[in-house]
Order: sequence, then structure tokens, then C-alpha cells
Amino acid sequence: MTAETPTRPRNTQPAAWRHTDILDLDDFDVDEIETVLTLADRMREVLDRRIARVPALRGYTVVNLFYEPSTRTRASFELAGKVLGADVITITTATSSVVKGESLIDTVRTMRAMRADAIVMRHSMAGAAYLAAEHTDASIINAGDGSHAHPTQALLDLYTIRKRVGDLRGKRVVMVGDIAHSRVARSDMWGLTALGAEVVVCGPPTLLPRGLRPGDRPSHAESALPPVIIETEIDRAIEGADVVMALRLQSERQQGGLLPSLHEYSQFYQVTAERLKRAKPHHLLMHPGPKNEGVEIAATVASGSASIIEEQVTNGVAVRMALLYLLSGRTDLPGEETR
Amino acid sequence: MNSTGTVLDADGIRRAVRRIAHEIVESNQGAGGLALVGIQRGGAVLARRIADQIEAIEGARPPVGSLDVTLYRDDLAHRGIQPQPQPSELPDIEGKIVVLVDDVLMTGRTVRAALDGMNDFGRPRAVRLAVLVDRGHRELPIRADLVGKNIPTSAHDDVRVMLEELDGSDGVIVVSGRVPA
Repeated sequence: MTAETPTRPRNTQPAAWRHTDILDLDDFDVDEIETVLTLADRMREVLDRRIARVPALRGYTVVNLFYEPSTRTRASFELAGKVLGADVITITTATSSVVKGESLIDTVRTMRAMRADAIVMRHSMAGAAYLAAEHTDASIINAGDGSHAHPTQALLDLYTIRKRVGDLRGKRVVMVGDIAHSRVARSDMWGLTALGAEVVVCGPPTLLPRGLRPGDRPSHAESALPPVIIETEIDRAIEGADVVMALRLQSERQQGGLLPSLHEYSQFYQVTAERLKRAKPHHLLMHPGPKNEGVEIAATVASGSASIIEEQVTNGVAVRMALLYLLSGRTDLPGEETR
Repeated sequence: MNSTGTVLDADGIRRAVRRIAHEIVESNQGAGGLALVGIQRGGAVLARRIADQIEAIEGARPPVGSLDVTLYRDDLAHRGIQPQPQPSELPDIEGKIVVLVDDVLMTGRTVRAALDGMNDFGRPRAVRLAVLVDRGHRELPIRADLVGKNIPTSAHDDVRVMLEELDGSDGVIVVSGRVPA
């Protein structure tokens, strides 16, 4: 027998992946998103084991650098790193030199000098993660920069939706609430449209980003956003939805004067059981957390049968495991070959 | 120029699998208390075939599972990451005689990773190693208990095990010399 070259994809097949940092999803192509989602499925299996611990990231150091409060994202990254055997430390502003005025760049460099391989960063300033990435060769993972981006949340949303509904092409995904201040909404828009979903954003005009408000000329866009459908009327938005995502009203980022009153807001924009009747019969209900129950979402809805909010949380750990694992594959950092 | 030679054809693989199944049953005195765990991907296929044979011989099929060792490897930094690990689905291995199955045994690092990985699923009473091909060049003190065929190779040779379930046909070939990338 003269052997043909076997066509089996052996363990050497290159997957689509070229990132050394994860800053936002606007520079991810479909294949790269698929790489993350496929790998996340394997990580989910590891996470569900009785002993959820593998040594894949032994010797890899992850620093959580949080300039803004966070419970779930921080815990999620800590667990993701630990399940893969990485060393994980967490620094929050209240306990660090940040209160002594150390600059963000200094802090990032100091962490790298201590041989951090990846720095997970949350900051109230849009672009903070980008600035950090310019000044260090450690991998920077954006865990939320102001109102700009939250790519790991978007990837876990994509993974969670995909696991439930399969192919996203043509599926109607509706985001309701404070779109203007939501970094989750922005990153989700990129990811969902890349996978072919029909994305609807809905909120009062004052809480829609510039460029998406009714009557805006394209030149008003504060930054390029992917094509989405704008709706200011919640009932019309939810009509025929496969997925409804309620977003937190971000009081801490609002300059004031954007809403007449909280009561009025919840009257017009709260996701309620009554309003969800317009969605598809087997629709899914999501929320990136933390929730203001009784404001953007009714308590009964948040814990109702359509809610997959807790699944989002579990899947978040698996997705972050996948991302840390992919970033750990870099071979361009000094000292990596001795790991 | 690279030369290519077939060292096991479909019949050869079938006979090797059957012989390994017979040896397992003989040393275990039956199929009781056995569990087969194949290393993804070739080993997982072979484990199922060995289980089929054991069932044909003994009338009882031992539980079979598969293990992906990607996340347990100690040479990620040398080989680069393998971005698409396969699922691991293990049977209950607690207190069992586990036959670990792989297609090719070379350095022993995959087997070491598999032993580590199995630890997280339970504590077998004993672990035996069955491989279709042992090609030498061990880097760790690991040996196979059951070998389909010993094939002396140069470190630069490429041994390829093709299996119908994955590649459309059965065969083991050796491509000698460096294979162009």
C-alpha cells in the first residue's frame, strides 16, 4: 500500500487565534470566536468534574487588577485560573499603592516585574486596558473599561446563548436598558453581529449611545458600532425575541438628568412577565449582573423559568479558562520555555 | 526524499487488537472488574475495538471511556498549546483494573499525563498499558504491558496510525526522515 498523507486533524492543527491581549471583540473574527466557544465547552467539562483541577497552567501567574468593585468577574477569573493550576492574586484599589498615587502604568509594570504572565484589569476609564497593553508585554485582559468594553462577558453570553439555541444566525437578541453606559452591550453587539444574530437595542433616547439615538446622523457616532436595530419602545423591541437581555441601570456612570425618575424608568423599560409574552414561546432571559430587581428587571422574571442568569455565571468561569489557556500559548515572552 | 512503508495493514491491526483482548482476558481471568480508558483520539477508538473483542470472547463488555490529556501535558511550552482538546468521558474507575490504551507509545509523556489525569477521576486498583505500536525512544520510565507491534524507528521518523473511524481506513505507516511541514 502506498500511503496517502492522512487527512485526520492531528493534535497539531492550528486553531484560529492570534491574540496576545483581549481588549474587545471588535478585532475578533468569527473563527476566533468559534475557537473560544469550542474550547470553553471542554473547559466546562473540566469545571463540572468532581475534582475540578488540571495542571495546564502550572507556573502561569495571573494578576487581577481591579480599580472598580466587582464580585462575579473577579471571582470568576480567580476560579478559572485556579482550576487550570495557575497562581492567581487579586489587587483591589482599596488595598494597593493606587491610593498612594501609583500610576496605572507603574502598577502594571510592577506586576510584570514580578513575572505576572497575564493581568486582568478593570478600570472606570475607557481605554485603560489599551493603555496598559501598550506598556507591558504581559497579556492584558480587559475585564471592563468604563462604558467601553467587557469582552469576556460578551464571550460568555455568546457561549451561553449558543449552548441553548445553537446557530445564532437570524436569532433576535434584544438588549434592554442603559445601553449608553453598558460596556457589556457594546461588546455583545460586536460578538452577536459577528455570529449573525439580529441585534436590537432598546432604551430611552437619553440612554442610547450617541450615533444610535433617533435622528442621529452617522457622523454623530462616538465610535464605530456594528449594525443594530434601534428601538425606543420596549414592546416593539421584545416582539418575536429569541433572547432578551436586561441591562443594569448604571447610576454610578450617569451624569444626572438623563432620567426623570427611577419609577418612571421602570414603568417604561422594566422587563416584566407581561412584556415577555411578546417574545418567542421558548425565549431566554439573561442579565449580566448585578441586578437591580424592580428597576430594569422584575424579580419574578429574574428567577423565572426562562432565566439563564445563573448559567451565565457558571459558563463565565469556563470561558475565562479557555481565554487564559489560549493566552498561555504565547511563546514570545522571555522565560516561557522554562514553564 | 522520504520513504514510506506500511508496517501494519488492516488485517494486522485487527489481529493485534484481538490478541491484546485475549491477553487482557487471560491475565485478568475474565472481564470482571475491568475498565478500558483510551487516550484521545486514536487510543479511544482502539479501546472501543478491544472492548468489542473482549465482549466477543467473554460475552460481557467492560466499561469503556476516553481521556484527553491535553490539559495534563508537561510540554505545552515546547509543543505549543493544543487548542481543541477532545472531551473526556470516563467510566467509574474506582477500584477497577484499568487498561489504558494508546495508539503509539514513544516518549511516555502522554502516558504520564494520562496517569495524572485519571487520578482526578478515581483510584484504580491497578493500571495496565496497552498500545498498538511501541516505537521506542522513551524519555520516562514507562513500559507497555500489552503491545500490538514493536517497530524500531529513528527519532526523525513519523509513525502514523490511521483508523477507519477517524481516517476512513486502517493502517500503520512509517514515514522515514523529516517530514516537510
